Amino acid sequence: MAELVEELARQVPDLCKLEPFAGATAHTPNLADPEVKLHRKLCGSLQEAIEKSDLRDGMTISFHHAFREGDKVINQVVGKLAEMGFRDLTLATSSLLNCHDPLVAHLKSGVITQIYTSGLRGKVGDAISHGIMRRPVQIHSHGGRANLLQTGELKIHVAFLGVSCCDEFGNGNGSHGELNCGALGYAKVDAQYARTVVLLTPEIVPFPNHPASISQDEVDLIVHLDEVGDPKLISKGAARTTRNPRELLIASHAADVVEHSHYLRDGFSVQTGSGASSIAATQFIGEKMTAKGITASFALGGITGGIADLHAKGLIKTLIDVQSFDIDAAKSLRQSPAHIEISANEYANATSKGAYVDRVDVVILAALEIDLAFNVNVITGSDGVLRGASGGHCDVAAAANLAIVVAPLVRGRMPTVVNKVTTVITPGESIGVLVTDQGIAVNPNRPELAKRLLDAGLPMVAIEELHRRAVALTGVPEPLRFLDRIVAVIRYRDGTVIDVVRQVDERE
Amino acid sequence: MMKLRRSMLFVPGDAAGMVSTSFVFKPDTIMFDLEDAVAPQEKDSARILVYHALRHPSYRDIETAVRINGLDSEYGLKDLEMSVRGGADIVRLPKTEKPEDIELLDQHITRIEQACGRQVGQTRVMAAIESAYGVVNAVSIARASPRMIALALAGFDYLVDMQSERSGESEPELFYARAAVLHAARAAGLDAFDVVYGDVNDMEGFLREVMIAKNLGFNGKSLIHPRQIKPLHQSYAPTPQELARARRIIQAAEKAKKEGLGVISLDGKMVDPPVVAHAELVLRRAEAV
Repeated sequence: MAELVEELARQVPDLCKLEPFAGATAHTPNLADPEVKLHRKLCGSLQEAIEKSDLRDGMTISFHHAFREGDKVINQVVGKLAEMGFRDLTLATSSLLNCHDPLVAHLKSGVITQIYTSGLRGKVGDAISHGIMRRPVQIHSHGGRANLLQTGELKIHVAFLGVSCCDEFGNGNGSHGELNCGALGYAKVDAQYARTVVLLTPEIVPFPNHPASISQDEVDLIVHLDEVGDPKLISKGAARTTRNPRELLIASHAADVVEHSHYLRDGFSVQTGSGASSIAATQFIGEKMTAKGITASFALGGITGGIADLHAKGLIKTLIDVQSFDIDAAKSLRQSPAHIEISANEYANATSKGAYVDRVDVVILAALEIDLAFNVNVITGSDGVLRGASGGHCDVAAAANLAIVVAPLVRGRMPTVVNKVTTVITPGESIGVLVTDQGIAVNPNRPELAKRLLDAGLPMVAIEELHRRAVALTGVPEPLRFLDRIVAVIRYRDGTVIDVVRQVDERE
Repeated sequence: MMKLRRSMLFVPGDAAGMVSTSFVFKPDTIMFDLEDAVAPQEKDSARILVYHALRHPSYRDIETAVRINGLDSEYGLKDLEMSVRGGADIVRLPKTEKPEDIELLDQHITRIEQACGRQVGQTRVMAAIESAYGVVNAVSIARASPRMIALALAGFDYLVDMQSERSGESEPELFYARAAVLHAARAAGLDAFDVVYGDVNDMEGFLREVMIAKNLGFNGKSLIHPRQIKPLHQSYAPTPQELARARRIIQAAEKAKKEGLGVISLDGKMVDPPVVAHAELVLRRAEAV
């Protein structure tokens, strides 16, 4: 055989160097032993998986947040890594929630020295805003994360992905099994790009497991863990159905805006966020659809039980799901053939070959702050501390035909409509309409829309007037004080820097 | 033109979040409550909160009322001082039993109006009837002051006084009081408000009671939750047939006026002025849903 290769090299000198055949499994020793071939991925413990993953100090580890507040993976894995003596790791997670408070200890000790995430909340956000990390955190959108992986800025060495069930070859999903979370849109991208993929699951099921959100050809190692997440906590903190009259009022105004925006027609497409007013707006829009006798072609996004309900009633033909926001949405994903799971790259990446957000007519989004130029902040609170998430906000706002922001004019003692937002996540040019409990303002860049809504008799006001009314109620808040030091970089969906967050100044 | 008063929304005076934003729900009248909704230790702070709300530009375009504590309590006069000085459109006196209660209130209001430079008579009054004694005195209460604009029946205390309780459905236990308060109000040219419906989650029961009140002739109801506003307004909206007829009556009246005729006729029949007034009300209720 070696002679054949030598002769080939003589006749075609510019052919690349080829090796002669040396046996069926000479180059794939994993396949030589039938036992090893079938069971090689299963590890006896998390520690064994970490050891086999060839993770080293300074590398990047990744996680997804499909279990949201019920996530049990990140704390477990990072805790184990700390115990094993790892240092200087980059934590790349699709988001961080309040349940990840224990990470503060690992930021302090230097186990984690860099973070890529869409969201920061609780003690982690607070610690970072107070300067606990030397390097600034990179805040990306859900689509932007896929972009960073695509461009190579973000290189995942080991992805630790919790799935509710998988077989011993690594066909895993979040929609089946006892403790399911629904769609694994963020994990799918990590599985595609990571050097090494470790699945963590409470349930190893017979081969072949179907559907395979994460496919066997992407998975290196599998660990059985008693818990990867608590489904009951997925929707914790997000109201399902609100009885708050102010949120209902805002929701009904938002539904009126959709009705008269001229996008509410047969075959339209919609996305709603997980905020109380967004969810309530879903119900009102459903009522308007029934009254008009129309259906939507698809709903995109984080899918809620409310959206799944409209789908079950036949009002929305297809659900395109990157993340299920509650148990009912996860159930719908499991049961309905027209409820489809997609990756974050398919969902919202501006540089993907096709993102669903580009085909959305109307999206309803929340805001912590919105300013006179319609710029939206969903990351820093009224105290300047990181306590929110970029999520898909800027992705879908940029892509949809109409982005509607819903927010109460005043929260507690703080105005929501401000002169200038503390932090820009979504640029004002992407926002069409602001709906508050005290009036509706249209972005001056949408004069045709303003006319349609005014003609429909909706309570339209200029955003400056809303700001004036807010300040009349609250007074002008004292400006927030920051140090010069940058603690977080806000990356726009295309990877560019749209803003930074600075360390809060607590000096008297 | 007669002020449309279908919905009078109670807002607890000590709930800062609600006091600062309740105007967004657009009831016909906002009623800041300093009485039963506010615990004794919160009376002072509630009074200050309500004062600032009354002075705030956000409440300039909506009718405001304050339910003060009784004048026989340690809070009543302080509440009244604040309400009149704050510019409340209406003061609601709870547990009104006799005309002297209103006369005393009237004297105090006049004194305070003079002291703070408000036009005397500008502050209007409504009496809440909450007892058997109040119901039998409703006629004289309604006539006790030119400031009076409305009577309101408060069902809970009244039924306790009557040794009765809510039976649901057609509510015979409230029938006499409703009819008596309504007659007293109408005879004096005042508005009349029906009782609150306490179960905010029972929309069916609420709407049933709204129809009883509407059919008897009440202007509207006192409400304890913003969610009750829209259904109430919708229930008071005329049917398409009522609306069409009202439009024809108004057209006939305008035609008669234009032609200088003293008598309005429609389809060969004479239309009396009260019928025209009712048609105007129907049109306004249709517009204000």
